[in-house]
Amino acid sequence: MKAASIEFRNVRKLYGDVAAVDGVSFTIAARSLVTLLGPSGCGKTTILRMIAGLELPTTGTIRIGDADVTNVSASERDVSMVFQSYALFPHMNVLDNVSYGLTVSGQPKAEAHKKAQATLATVGLTGLDLRLPSELSGGQQQRVAVARALVLEPSVLLFDEPLSNLDARLRRQMREEIRDLQQRLGLTVVYVTHDQAEALAVSDRIIVMDKAVIAQEGAPRELYAQPKDAFVAGFMGEANRVPGTLARRDATVGDVAIGPLTMALYHRDLADGPIEVAIRPEAITLQSVGTTPLAGTVRKAAYLGSTMEYTVDTAVGPLFVIDGGVDRPLAVGAGVAVAFAPHGVIAIPPRPPAA
Amino acid sequence: MTDYRRAVAFWVAVGATGFLLVPWYSLQDSVFAAGWISHFGDKEAAPALLQATRHGHPWLMPLGFLVALGAALTAPLPRTFRSNALIAVGGAGFVWFFVQGFAIGPTGWYFDSLAAALPPLSGGQYGMGLGAALVVTCFGMLFALGLAGRGYFKGDAFVAGSVVTVATLVAVFTFFPVFRILISAIEDNNGAFALAALPGRLFTEKVWGVGCIVGTTRCGVAWNTLVLALLCAACCTGLGLAFALIATRTDFRHKKLLRILTVLPIITPPFVIGLGLILIFGRSGLVNQLLEWTFGFQPGRWIYGLQGVLLAQVFAFTPIAFLVLIGVVEGVSPSMEEAAQTLRANRWRVFADISLPLMKPGLANAFLISFIESIADFGNPILLGGNYGVLSTEIFFSVVGAQLDQGRAATLGILLLLFALAAFFAQRKLLGRKVYTSLAGKGDSGLPTRLPDTVRRICFGIAVPWAVLTLVIYAMALVGGFVETWGRDYTLTLKHYTKAFSVEYGAHGLIWAGAAWNSFWTTFRLAAIAAPLTAALGILSAYLLTRQKFAGQGAFEFGTMLSFAIPGTVIGVSYILAFNVPPIEVTGTGIVLIICFIFRNMPVGVRAGMAAMTQIDKSLDEASITLGARGFTTLRRVILPLLKPAIVAALVYSFVRAVTTVSAVIFLVSAEYEMATTYIINRVVNGDYGVAIAYCSVLIVLMLAAIWLIQRLVGERKLGRRAAGVPGIGVLGRNAA
Repeated sequence: MKAASIEFRNVRKLYGDVAAVDGVSFTIAARSLVTLLGPSGCGKTTILRMIAGLELPTTGTIRIGDADVTNVSASERDVSMVFQSYALFPHMNVLDNVSYGLTVSGQPKAEAHKKAQATLATVGLTGLDLRLPSELSGGQQQRVAVARALVLEPSVLLFDEPLSNLDARLRRQMREEIRDLQQRLGLTVVYVTHDQAEALAVSDRIIVMDKAVIAQEGAPRELYAQPKDAFVAGFMGEANRVPGTLARRDATVGDVAIGPLTMALYHRDLADGPIEVAIRPEAITLQSVGTTPLAGTVRKAAYLGSTMEYTVDTAVGPLFVIDGGVDRPLAVGAGVAVAFAPHGVIAIPPRPPAA
Repeated sequence: MTDYRRAVAFWVAVGATGFLLVPWYSLQDSVFAAGWISHFGDKEAAPALLQATRHGHPWLMPLGFLVALGAALTAPLPRTFRSNALIAVGGAGFVWFFVQGFAIGPTGWYFDSLAAALPPLSGGQYGMGLGAALVVTCFGMLFALGLAGRGYFKGDAFVAGSVVTVATLVAVFTFFPVFRILISAIEDNNGAFALAALPGRLFTEKVWGVGCIVGTTRCGVAWNTLVLALLCAACCTGLGLAFALIATRTDFRHKKLLRILTVLPIITPPFVIGLGLILIFGRSGLVNQLLEWTFGFQPGRWIYGLQGVLLAQVFAFTPIAFLVLIGVVEGVSPSMEEAAQTLRANRWRVFADISLPLMKPGLANAFLISFIESIADFGNPILLGGNYGVLSTEIFFSVVGAQLDQGRAATLGILLLLFALAAFFAQRKLLGRKVYTSLAGKGDSGLPTRLPDTVRRICFGIAVPWAVLTLVIYAMALVGGFVETWGRDYTLTLKHYTKAFSVEYGAHGLIWAGAAWNSFWTTFRLAAIAAPLTAALGILSAYLLTRQKFAGQGAFEFGTMLSFAIPGTVIGVSYILAFNVPPIEVTGTGIVLIICFIFRNMPVGVRAGMAAMTQIDKSLDEASITLGARGFTTLRRVILPLLKPAIVAALVYSFVRAVTTVSAVIFLVSAEYEMATTYIINRVVNGDYGVAIAYCSVLIVLMLAAIWLIQRLVGERKLGRRAAGVPGIGVLGRNAA
């Protein structure tokens, strides 16, 4: 495999007057798995399609490896894609589907079939060569789609929400297999999803998109622990957003007052004064009344098997809490004291006044 | 990039062949007859280079220079530069090609203004031929390659080339004739500009007169046309709805029969119903004879006139309305009706408050389609109209009759075109708006509510007699071919068939002695040539419309669909006006008939293709493209195999329409190229009903055979263990939206 890097420089894509992608620049290193994550309509799929050549950018340049491919059509690019719907050709059997890319580039059929069979073995699908796609299960179809993309040994492999048509159990298995395949074969993979858990699980790096621009880019841990703003905090897992007041202590740390509580947090170059604080639900602990200055009352309680979920009314607003203590559930109406674990509390910029 | 340069080289080679080797102007004989090779270089048959240097047509020379420039662009060059240069060369060649073609006629400058402003020419030129076609193709393709190189059409040269090709063809063979007919309405019969004549032609008593209301004179043809069309549309919609309700909302047992009834008119030559009506209600028809025999009086020619035409049209077009409406009635979600029932509505209220309002857009659509069919109809009015003239027949008589008034024909043609376009736009607007029938992709279980008894009785009361009458008419039309003389001598005979289709065995083998063989073979040959071209162009356009995005796509779609709205008589007249003179001089040939078939029937291919393609997930093409297949390979290996049902439909339809059409071809046939329908109409005009009927029957049988053959040839597509049926005929509803 000849995995290649990808570079976007100031890429814009307009549909009429609407920018689907608005001045985006990033670099994806060869042999890494990068996820494009964001809500629907954020531009992540458009970026993927521009890497594939299915859309050409309005302005800006795209490079794959050393080559400028900005105006090169999809069929001339060394890029394969696994589609959300798999897009298996319904009139061709498994073997013909997988060897399609080889035969259109002029390889003899026998050779193409041999190679296709080898690739099908790589994705763990043997003995179904002559089935039509309609005769396969969802997971099998997925493997055929991956094999079809892999067989061309592309320098970049793209996945467009590949797991969204699978049930939850299969989804985890397939996502592990994709990650495994990528590591084993040393592929450059770009992966689009709107599921943050999926993104956290498979990625080397994640690019979070919002409204046609990049909201934040980084390693999974960085994005979860240090989201740049309320959007990223909210998108990378659940987050309670409460008002706070920052007073800097030194170049990195400041005191943040959240209601009656005060915590030392990274101030991340925010200005002193009112800010917002994002609090992960699993970073909140509910203790017996009086142990912390922040009192609360349980308003809702739900039993989820492995965890409890509570909504607690407090002086800083209602808080959504995930609590591991399923054995000692709190009743609705119970009084509690609220404490925050510092690793799940992040200072973020305040809302703009208009909003 | 080498592929790209190879493509440039290929099209330059095509252009060079056209410029250097092949006769530039059209020849008396077909260019494929190869007789021209023996006098290569003569003034008649010379290629463009010799025409320009030796035969006094120097204006062709720039085209040669541009082809040579194209050849230079096959050299290794920067991508952007080459693309821009190709756009420039191709565009310039394309423009110059048409400018010289239209500006210079047989006797020099074509327009007086040009002749006044510019020095006189050394000679004139006639219609362009194969060489010209090759050269203009070269320029078009170079232009397209340039666009693709610049990143237009997502950089796909095949797509770019297809768009340029289809757009050019539609412009030349649909827009240009329409434009030409508009022009000729403001010219006098000698071609001089005469805007003043237009109001006189347009607003005469003969067109808009209302004398018939007070009873003294006849009404104008415009009123006649509108009255007929409105009545016809109302009747067809009502009957179609009755049939559709029976088919979907009752436990009627012979629903299959209804479906067959809808196929019949599609494979019926346009005179069968008219002839059947004449045999039953005509002067010596069964009903008249019965009345004369029992009561002793002669009802005469009462069938001729509005009532006869209306009757025939309603027979002919009800199935089309039915096809539209059955889709609409089926589209009304049973769950909505069930919801209404759970809200305590009785069956009548469910029908009146829920079902019927939901069908409204469909009803309007069926009405408009029947309206368009009625005003475009030519066969029935000419057969049964008598003194009741409508626009389509008046246009015909203006051209072929003693009047020979092309200006008048053009004016009436424009009027007819306006009526048709108004209905066409109304229909598009209607369908463009969100139609609130509720067919979602999700399985919508639930049973359609049974009709209220009153409505059910009304439906059966109308539909059953009508269906019986239809069958009787078809039966008459078939039997009529086997009796001596209808109305006088009912002896069974085969003489009509022998007269038309006898085959003798002579000294030199088989002799096709029958009188109809000539038109028969011409018809089938031309239809067989036209059908695959029509289907290909239609499916290609559908592919471009559903699968590609490019600037001007709306106009592109409008162009491909427009010819559908143009009544055949208007097409006929406009083709005569447009293609009887250089630069494209093809009237009297088989080519003009083939072109006419292709562009009249293409919209159905487009629609069938678009309907089928929207059901094929776009990601299939994208998958193919990312796997390295270009536009053409994707079309061939992924889309076409999945489109087989639509291809069958398009092929069958274009073949059948080419065989049965009459309105446009009647203007375009010549002694050499006579069509079956025009032969039949001539027999009818001569009162020779037997032969006409025999011929119609033969056509019906042969078309059924052709449909079967096409389905066998194209084959079925297999997508799973359950083989998908080929709904070949089902998709055929002419206008079924």
